[in-house]
Amino acid sequence: MHENRSFGFYALAAFFGLFLLFLYGPTITIFVLSFQGPEGGLTFPMRGTSLHWFHKLMEGIGVVDIGSAFVRSLKLGLVVTSLTVALSVSASLAFRKALRGGNVLFYIVVASLIMPSIIVSLGVGLSFRLLDTALKALFVWAGWDGMTDSFTTTMGLYTSALGAQLTWTLPFGLLVMFAVFNRFNSAYEEAALDLGATPWQSFRHVVLPLIAPSVVGVGMFGFTLSWDEIARSSQAIGDLNTLPLELQGLTTTVTTPVIYALGTLTTVISFIVVGITIGVMALSRRRARGKSSRQ
Amino acid sequence: MSATTSTARPVSAARRTGPAAWLQAAPLGLVFLLFFIVPLVLILAVSFWDASEYELIPAFTPKNYIAIFDGCSNASDLCVTLKTYYSTLKFCFLAWIFTLVIGFTVAYFLAFHVKTVGMQTVLFLLCTIPFWTSNVIRMISWVPLLGRNGLINDMLIGLRLVSQPQEWLLFSSFSVVLAFVHLFTIFMIVPIFNSMMRIDRALLEAALDAGATPWQTLWNVIVPLSRTGIIIGSIFVITIVMGDFVTIGVMGGQQIASVGKIIQVQTSYLQFPLAAANAVILLAVVLMIIWALTRMVDIRKEL
Repeated sequence: MHENRSFGFYALAAFFGLFLLFLYGPTITIFVLSFQGPEGGLTFPMRGTSLHWFHKLMEGIGVVDIGSAFVRSLKLGLVVTSLTVALSVSASLAFRKALRGGNVLFYIVVASLIMPSIIVSLGVGLSFRLLDTALKALFVWAGWDGMTDSFTTTMGLYTSALGAQLTWTLPFGLLVMFAVFNRFNSAYEEAALDLGATPWQSFRHVVLPLIAPSVVGVGMFGFTLSWDEIARSSQAIGDLNTLPLELQGLTTTVTTPVIYALGTLTTVISFIVVGITIGVMALSRRRARGKSSRQ
Repeated sequence: MSATTSTARPVSAARRTGPAAWLQAAPLGLVFLLFFIVPLVLILAVSFWDASEYELIPAFTPKNYIAIFDGCSNASDLCVTLKTYYSTLKFCFLAWIFTLVIGFTVAYFLAFHVKTVGMQTVLFLLCTIPFWTSNVIRMISWVPLLGRNGLINDMLIGLRLVSQPQEWLLFSSFSVVLAFVHLFTIFMIVPIFNSMMRIDRALLEAALDAGATPWQTLWNVIVPLSRTGIIIGSIFVITIVMGDFVTIGVMGGQQIASVGKIIQVQTSYLQFPLAAANAVILLAVVLMIIWALTRMVDIRKEL
C-alpha cells in the first residue's frame, strides 16, 4: 500500500515538475535572449551579451513610442487598481447585508467574467460611437458651432478603455472579497459595535485591518490584469494604445530581440507587483499570528 | 437586539451597521450597467440595424443575419460561418481536454500528495504567478523554441529525427493549441484544487478501508466530488477560447480564422451591424454550451 502510494507520488511530482518547466521555460528563454548582443537574432545561439536591445527599446520601435505607451499603461493600471479595490470592497460589504437584487447583481458580475471579451469590447466601443453620434447631433441641433467643430470622440483611455477593463477586473475583485467574507469571523466587529464604535470606526479599525492582506490582493489583481489587458480594451481604446496593445501589434512586424527586451521589461513589472503583494500578505499574516499567539 | 445578534448568523454584525446596502453596491452596479448591460443591449439592437459606408442607420432588418448564413443551406460545401465555427469549436475541444487533464492532475497532486500547507501554498503560487504576467509575452516566448531555427528544430535535426526544420511547429494550429494550454490551464487548476481541498479526507480512508483501489477511489470518489471545480474550470476555458482572437492571431501568424477574429476584423472596418450580429450568434452558442455543461452549480457556495 505505502509503496504503491509513493510510486504515484513520484510520478505525479515528475508530472508537476514538467508542468512548471512548461509554464516557466519559454519565459526564461526570452528573458535570456533579451540580453543578446547587437548581432543576435530571435533564436539561440546567443551572440554575446549586452543591454543593446533595451537601449533600442528606449529609442522606440519604429513609429511606436514605447515610453509614452508605458506611462499610459501605468497610469491606467493605477486608476483601474484604485477603482477595483474601492468598488469591490464597498460592494462586498453591501452583500453582507440584506441586499435587494443582490442575486441579480452577482450573476451579472459572473456573466461579465465569463463573457467572451471580444463581445464586451465590441459593445463598449459601439456604445461610445453611438454616444458620439448622439452628441454631435445634439450640438448641431442646439447650434453650438464651437462644440460641433472641436468635438471628436468620447472614446479614450479613461472613459471607454477604463470601463472595458473594469468589467474584467471587478469580477475578480468581488469574488476574492466574497471568499474573504465567507471565512470572516465577525466576533471582533460585534465586540467593537457592542463597545459603542460607530459603523465607520468598526470598519476602519477592526474590519479593514483584518481584511487588509486580501484587499492588497485585490489591488494586485486590478493592476496586473489591467497592465496586460488586450481583449476588452482592443475595440474601445480610442486613439492612444496601451503598452500591451502596442506589443500585440509589434508581434507581426518586429523581427529583432527588441521585442524580447520589451517582454522582459513588462514581465519584470508584473513580477515586482506580484512580489510586493505576496510579501505584504505574508508579512501581515505573520504579524497577525504573532499577535494572536501572544494573547 | 444584542441577545439575538449574539446567536444569529455571522453576518449580523454587518447587518445592523453602516450606510444602506444598495448605496455601497451602487458604484459597482453602475459600472456593470454602463459598460456591460447597456453595451450588450446595444449589440442586440444594432445587429438588426442597417449601415451605409459612413453611418449606422437604425432599422429592423434581418439582413445581417442573412448575410452571415448566406450559402449555409448547402450541405456539401460548408459556408464560411459554419467552417469558422467548426474550426473554433475544434480548438475549443482540444484546449478543453488538455487543460482539463493537465489541470486535474496538477490539482490532484497539490491537494492530495503535498503534505504540508506551506508547501502547498508555495507550489500553488508557482502555478498562478504566470497568470499575472502578459499573455502576449508568454505567446511570443514560444518563438525561440518552436521557430524554424528554434531549439526544438535544432534538437530534432541534431537527433536526426528529421532532415529539415519542421514548419508546423509555429504559426500553426499546433502552436495555437499549445498556447491555449500554456495560458489557460490555470483556469482549471484553481477551481478544481478548490473543490478538492473541500473533500473530507475521511471519505478517502473509508473508500480504501472498503477495499477500493487507488484508481477506484480517484474515479468514484474524487472525480465526482471535484465536479463543481471541473465545471467551473471548463466554463472558463471554453468561453475564453470561443471568443479568442488574440491567441489565435498571434500564434496562428494572423492566418487562422476564428469567430472572435471575424468580429474583431469587422469592428475594425466599422461594420458594426455585421459584427454585432456575429456577436449575438457567438453569445448564443456560448450560452448553449454553458447551459449544457451545468444545470445550476451554485458558484457562490464554492468560494
